[in-house]
Amino acid sequence: MSVNEKIVADLVNNKIEFVTTVPCKQLAGVIDQIENAAEIFHIPSNKEDEGMGLCAGAYMGGKRSAIIMQNTAIGVTINTLVTLIQYYHIPLPMLISYRGELGEPVACQAEMAVHTKALLAQLNIPTYHFHHADDVHELDAILEYCFMCRKPVAILTDASFWKGA
Amino acid sequence: MIRSEVLKTLIPVISDQLVVCNIGLPSQELHLLDDQPSNFYMLGTMGLASSIGFGLALAQKEKVIVIDGDGSVLTNFGTLPTIANNVANNFVLLIIDNGSYGSTGDQPTYAGKKTSLATVASACGCEHVVECQAAEAATAVQAALDSEQMTIIVCKCESGNIKVPVIDIDPVVIRDRFMKEVAARNND
Repeated sequence: MSVNEKIVADLVNNKIEFVTTVPCKQLAGVIDQIENAAEIFHIPSNKEDEGMGLCAGAYMGGKRSAIIMQNTAIGVTINTLVTLIQYYHIPLPMLISYRGELGEPVACQAEMAVHTKALLAQLNIPTYHFHHADDVHELDAILEYCFMCRKPVAILTDASFWKGA
Repeated sequence: MIRSEVLKTLIPVISDQLVVCNIGLPSQELHLLDDQPSNFYMLGTMGLASSIGFGLALAQKEKVIVIDGDGSVLTNFGTLPTIANNVANNFVLLIIDNGSYGSTGDQPTYAGKKTSLATVASACGCEHVVECQAAEAATAVQAALDSEQMTIIVCKCESGNIKVPVIDIDPVVIRDRFMKEVAARNND
């Protein structure tokens, strides 16, 4: 089973039926896998805060939801994370490409990378960092935890993780 | 007619429907006029009423009415292409367009100037777009509900506000009672 297949299998096992995505080069494979998964309704968003609104609505409609996005989106979504997702206690797994780490070819990506974990820590968002391909084996437990405590949860996936995948 | 008067005319049509209501005065006015477990009040997060309501419409079978504003739609413009390209026929987006940011002191929006939200919605690919005047809002919403087609209504009205108290319900209570109402209706 490839890492992308494993991620989608874990989403399905945790009854996540509604996934929104904003693309990143590192996430292209998993987005394709989600688009082709019969068990998941995939709706691309134009911006990540819009996507979180869709996820909040779907959750209230009885469907577990998740968002897939780049770490630059943390800058875009702070208000939404605080005043919608956290304020109303809505569980939201966020599978995030951690751009700007080792192996990054685009210098500008490092600018947001240096703030990513500090921002997530400031927001009290449980954060997991997948660096080795094997780290994906924790995803199932992270998803279960997210819906148990009804919080947004961040899963940062860096270039080394995707390279080894 | 100002927005609160439009909302008053809507109550007989929307009282028994699932409603997602825009942040600020619109939610406070709806709460004052007709508080229901079937109302989801936004207490923050400017712009996302249409996205929350659309996610809800896609996830379950009951009809969903979003009461949004021109300023809010301008804030979250990306919502219209997403709605247009993922049709949900149980979704009605009512944009009460008073040409101003009412909750923050009636600063003018571009929708009250050269920008037509109805034209934008059509250009984004929305197939059933209705523009109406304030007095026609209730009729337009009822027609949209009866049509079983995803409809975007842009209702033009005058700018202005009434004094209303803030909503003193815990957000988790708003969300929990709303979810229970949604689940009960879907299990009927």
